[in-house]
Amino acid sequence: MFGYSMADIGNIVVMQGFSGLSMFTVLLLMALGLAIIFGQMGVINMAHGEFMTIGAYTTVLISKVAASYGFTDYYFVFAIAIAFLLAFAVGYFVEFIMIRHLYKRPLDTLLATWGLSLVMQQIFRSSFGAKEVSAELPEWMLGSFKPTPDIDIPINGVFVMVLAALVTFGVYMFMYKSRWGLRVRATVQNRTMAGAVGINTAKVDRVTFALGCGIAGIAGAAFTTIASTGPTTGTLYIVDSFMVVVFGGAASIVGTIASAFGIAQAQSILQFFMTSSMGKVSTLLVIVTILMMKPEGLFASKLRK
Amino acid sequence: MSTSNRRGFMKGALVGAMMAAGLISGHAFAADYPTAKVNTTGLAVTDSTVKVGILHSATGTMAISETGSIQAEKLAIEQINAMGGILGRKIEIIQEDGASDWPTFAEKAKKLLEKDKVAAVMGCWTSASRKAALPVFEKDNGLLFYPTFYEGLEQSKNVFYTGQEATQQILAGLDWIAKEKKAKTFYLIGSDYIWPRTSMKIARKHIEQHLHGTVVGEEYIALGDTQFGSVINKIKLKKPDVIYAAVVGGSNVAWFKQLNAAGLNSSKQTMLTISVTEDEVLGIGGENLAGFYSAMKYFQSQDNPENKKFVEAFKKRWGKDAVIGDVTQAAYLGPWLYKAAVERAGSFDVDKVQAALPGYTFKDAPEGPVTVEANHHLTTKLRIGQWGKDGQAKVVYTSDYIKPDPFPKGYQ
Repeated sequence: MFGYSMADIGNIVVMQGFSGLSMFTVLLLMALGLAIIFGQMGVINMAHGEFMTIGAYTTVLISKVAASYGFTDYYFVFAIAIAFLLAFAVGYFVEFIMIRHLYKRPLDTLLATWGLSLVMQQIFRSSFGAKEVSAELPEWMLGSFKPTPDIDIPINGVFVMVLAALVTFGVYMFMYKSRWGLRVRATVQNRTMAGAVGINTAKVDRVTFALGCGIAGIAGAAFTTIASTGPTTGTLYIVDSFMVVVFGGAASIVGTIASAFGIAQAQSILQFFMTSSMGKVSTLLVIVTILMMKPEGLFASKLRK
Repeated sequence: MSTSNRRGFMKGALVGAMMAAGLISGHAFAADYPTAKVNTTGLAVTDSTVKVGILHSATGTMAISETGSIQAEKLAIEQINAMGGILGRKIEIIQEDGASDWPTFAEKAKKLLEKDKVAAVMGCWTSASRKAALPVFEKDNGLLFYPTFYEGLEQSKNVFYTGQEATQQILAGLDWIAKEKKAKTFYLIGSDYIWPRTSMKIARKHIEQHLHGTVVGEEYIALGDTQFGSVINKIKLKKPDVIYAAVVGGSNVAWFKQLNAAGLNSSKQTMLTISVTEDEVLGIGGENLAGFYSAMKYFQSQDNPENKKFVEAFKKRWGKDAVIGDVTQAAYLGPWLYKAAVERAGSFDVDKVQAALPGYTFKDAPEGPVTVEANHHLTTKLRIGQWGKDGQAKVVYTSDYIKPDPFPKGYQ
């Protein structure tokens, strides 16, 4: 078949399947934080990418410290935890001084967070330099896992996959099984009523926003294994993140998952059979068409209008 | 002939004689070159100073790349000033920020030329920024020293190109890899904009017509794309002898990281890239690059004395961790070439400086002697470097001198 042996084709199908899954988890991790903020609070956070960059720089710095103390093998776990905490803290602060004054003006949040993203980019540039840096990865994370001599499964891809699964599970537990989640959902469904029954909605907003930012931090930390870290790294991810969230239906985490899966598989398969750019263009065309028919996204939340 | 004219003539002859004396002794004093004589077009040249502009992106996406150029140009200017300046005049730098935004480059170029009246500008990095600023330089008859290796297809009397044009960087490198690795099949991959596309067009023609090889795949990645899984699988299926790559920016890092993670490291796959210098290695990480090749005219590891001196001075000025890539070195040439041109012309007037530079050989260039050609590009050598884990390249091949050919026949 086309001059390739059956074994070749089989191997490629396996690796291509994995690369589709891997892209799915990357998109999912990118979009989860945004889905929480945009979906639950209706805030369009244009600085989402920069919160990822916070996570990425945290990882790079910790990797440098780790390298000088010789515990390079394990630092990644700490890096992710600290990336989360740091992005969470910054998010908490940003909500307090900026976002909470703009809840009734969604378009102004768009502008304000975009401005925030520019400010953050310049802060990164001034403090870490304009050049791109890379984290020193633990030895075990480099290279590939080989079930057979001709199949390579990238270990960093597996790592991102596991992490995405854990984070998604965590978010699910938080939103649907914890008291906090209950309050968040109550606030989303009916803010006034939630306030009336004694939920501190301002606090709920702040924690929700910070949580979304924290998850962005985790994503940023994870992406140091597959891509670069520079002041403008965030801009590489922001468009894809929004695409996933909007396509999935803003208020639904299941929608985000389904949308990340669909986009990743479509793009991955199309890019294999067409050129890379054409694959991307075709995927976007499909998304635009579907959004024209279903403007609310794949899984619109059923709210009484 | 009236008296005043004769006096003018005598003065001119005197200046000429003094100029010759000055050049021989290696020192020039401003008094030997009265400002009224060396500056007839109203540039910002006084008895003791000359203003030169630096126009790069210090902010925005391109700051990653352009910072090195700014540093190199400042270093060269400081060194020139320490030697007494140009025709006895100290260089004053006026730095403007192009902010990674092409119209801003044009606007700032206009400001530098029309308001500050700078005698020359060191600047621009991307082709887009150069194309945006070019009409301003041509209209105001300014002088631009442009450091980046680029796609060619341009020649302006107002620009000196201190980096390589595409054929200088591509042809000799492909010849080398075809011979050295007995490569027959090539996979071309680049970012999706003018430089990689023009470069790949030239590469494909050369591979097919001169090397009698086959291009088994040609792929362009959207700028900023970080997902290479499908592309890498395609490469695995096609099994090319050589991957020829021109991926830039954030994508570049992702490309190398994912290539390695997918098991395609240098022990299994030969790759020649034209878009990785020491600057990019910082982001990509030496371990992801080890064993792959870059085709450039300059590598920091070159061990000629001029380069050792340059690297030492650069690190002393900008920190011991500073690295020097191809473009940074090319940017360093700009001020030195300008100094030589003014001294050859005995004048700061742009037309005279332009006419004086072609034919000049800069012997002390860190990369080794370079000659300015009539088409305003440099005759240089091409080097192939093999990357090591430490982020430095070992030069494994140096070509003969290659004349610049910005409009290559048979490659368009």
